[in-house]
Amino acid sequence: MRLPGAAWGFVAPALLVIAVFFLIPVLAALALSFTDFDLYALADVANLRLVGLRNYARLLEKPLFWQALGNTLYFAIVGVPLSIVVSFGAALLLHSRLVRFRSFFRTALFAPVVTTLVAVAVVWRYLFDTRYGWLNYTLGSLGIRPIDWLGDPHWAMPAIIVFAVWKSFGYNMIILLAGLQSIPDALYEAARIDGASSWRQFRDVTLPMLAPIVVMVSILTTAGYFQLFAEPYVMTQGGPLQSTVSVLYLMYEEGFKWWNLGSASAVAFVLFLLIFALTVLQLRLARWEEAA
Amino acid sequence: MALAVILALALAAGCRWSAADDTVLRFWAMGREAEVMAELLPDFERLHPGIHVKMQQVPWTAAHEKLLTAFAGGTTPDICQLGNTWIPEFVALKALEPLDRLVGASSGVPADDYFPGIWDTNVVDGTLYGVPWYVDTRLLFYRRDLLHRAGFSSPPTSWDEWKQMLAAVDQDGRPDRHAIFLPLNEFEPLAALALQQDDPLLRDGGRWGNFQSAGFRRALSFYVEMFQRGWAPQLASAAVANVWTAFGRGDFSFYISGPWNIGELKRRLPPDQQPTWMTAPLPGPDGPGSSIAGGASLVVFRSSRRQTAAWQLIAFLAQPSVQRRFHALTGDLPPRRAAWRDGALRDDIHARAFREQLERVKPAPKVPEWERIATEIRLVAERAVHGDLSVDRAAAELNARADRILEKRRWLLARKSE
Repeated sequence: MRLPGAAWGFVAPALLVIAVFFLIPVLAALALSFTDFDLYALADVANLRLVGLRNYARLLEKPLFWQALGNTLYFAIVGVPLSIVVSFGAALLLHSRLVRFRSFFRTALFAPVVTTLVAVAVVWRYLFDTRYGWLNYTLGSLGIRPIDWLGDPHWAMPAIIVFAVWKSFGYNMIILLAGLQSIPDALYEAARIDGASSWRQFRDVTLPMLAPIVVMVSILTTAGYFQLFAEPYVMTQGGPLQSTVSVLYLMYEEGFKWWNLGSASAVAFVLFLLIFALTVLQLRLARWEEAA
Repeated sequence: MALAVILALALAAGCRWSAADDTVLRFWAMGREAEVMAELLPDFERLHPGIHVKMQQVPWTAAHEKLLTAFAGGTTPDICQLGNTWIPEFVALKALEPLDRLVGASSGVPADDYFPGIWDTNVVDGTLYGVPWYVDTRLLFYRRDLLHRAGFSSPPTSWDEWKQMLAAVDQDGRPDRHAIFLPLNEFEPLAALALQQDDPLLRDGGRWGNFQSAGFRRALSFYVEMFQRGWAPQLASAAVANVWTAFGRGDFSFYISGPWNIGELKRRLPPDQQPTWMTAPLPGPDGPGSSIAGGASLVVFRSSRRQTAAWQLIAFLAQPSVQRRFHALTGDLPPRRAAWRDGALRDDIHARAFREQLERVKPAPKVPEWERIATEIRLVAERAVHGDLSVDRAAAELNARADRILEKRRWLLARKSE
């Protein structure tokens, strides 16, 4: 198919923007990942060397990279399902006919999404505080000993997950709520006439009708959760014992703390490939399920 | 009408700051030091009516990134507070103005009045790039009463004496009690022990790690021994909820730390516990040992067009009387001997050990890669402490990691000498 000249004229501005702000930077970063751009190269470009795939090889040898990958997987594997279940639950509650003040609750539950992450992170740090935090206070009244949420390597990641889920579930909740509202009432009516219990209605009407939206939500959430950065940056700076260093946090440290932009770009592309592969896998799974 | 008033005000304000030849000096400092500048700068501006200092506070945790980004973007300030281990890095970037000429031309900054080890941290390849602003080093905080109870009337001066005391004070039978606290998240205690040795940490002009030398292995063995004998708990500082009350409670008798803890302990321990603690210079392998030369310096950026004014500010902040006020406001220890001769510092019994130690401080290796190597020292030492690596294996591992980090430096130096 050939685009006529006029059509090119219409898409040109958009293409230009994509090229300048996306394509060129991405290609430049890819090129950078094959060099050893560092502090010395920042001082004088003559100190730049082409190193081929060495940044990638070094990265795979680095124990911290694997730990960061492990931490990120931990965060995503626990966080994504939890986030979707919470969003789904919230969406079902809001959709229920029994709920009053629906729009108030919808706004309240969506509010964390639009708050500034750094500001709410400060509040959450108070909640997580070992001695004065509300969370430990509540646990204490149940007879559970105080937990050093952000200082203990075993608890820091769960704390980050709780915070991240709270911060992001509202977004998926709105999408799922829209999905729920678009299911025709006639289907439920038919099911009721056939004598289906509410559980059967949920399983055989709601879930199948919502499946495409759940797939989309899970893809978006997975991609988002793999890019974990701001939460550990604000709450723990990757500690304690590097238990909250994510792949993106590692990239940030390599790039902006040590100014090794070459290896930082390599981290970025490894992460990109990872997310890309996962998305393809999720789409395949969804299609396979649909066919089955 | 309102608009006219605003306009007039704006004009007046504009006149005030940019009138005639007013120089606006951009000064970046970190944390508490930046806060107290509000107290000191009015005096400077009174003495130099043509100069107005614009202060920018940078948090310590983000300072390094911010400065590098500013350099890449060409927006560095005129004058800046810089941790002295960062100086070689900014020298490699050719970002800093050499100061030898200015120091030579003015009498306000007499090099020989500064503690030599501290001054040395600012000299890279024979050129001076910074003037020390305040100093930091690590030494022993100890519990007099606990030592006394164990039968010692004075703090240790050598490793052998120290080991005897560590063994003696630990025999209290309580499992949560330890002889010494060496936070595992700090590399400084080990680095200080290693700097006491004759072998340098890097060899051949900073081209290779020298961690398999007899000296470093001796320091590492001693360090690891303190943990493996149970004298030191395997804890990071975050794991001790309140290190000061723990020290006051006698959870440990020795603590290697820095000058800020003088103020903290005075503030946080109740009056009846105050006589129980004291500071002492760090013991060396045989006799008084050296420690690490830390602290922050003031530097002038090469790109600045207001270097003369920047130098005037440095000379002002270097005056002993200003340094004493600075100490009173922050607790930071001054780098000049003259500043110690008078005022509160002279009579401060807890600062005395620091005064003595500062005559015996050594700079960390002055290579841009040092911070990364220091991180590796901490990580590898932690594994040795946990028993994952023997001392020899840890030394070999550290050497391999350092050599890898220094690869680019070797290449650059080889190319330069061609």
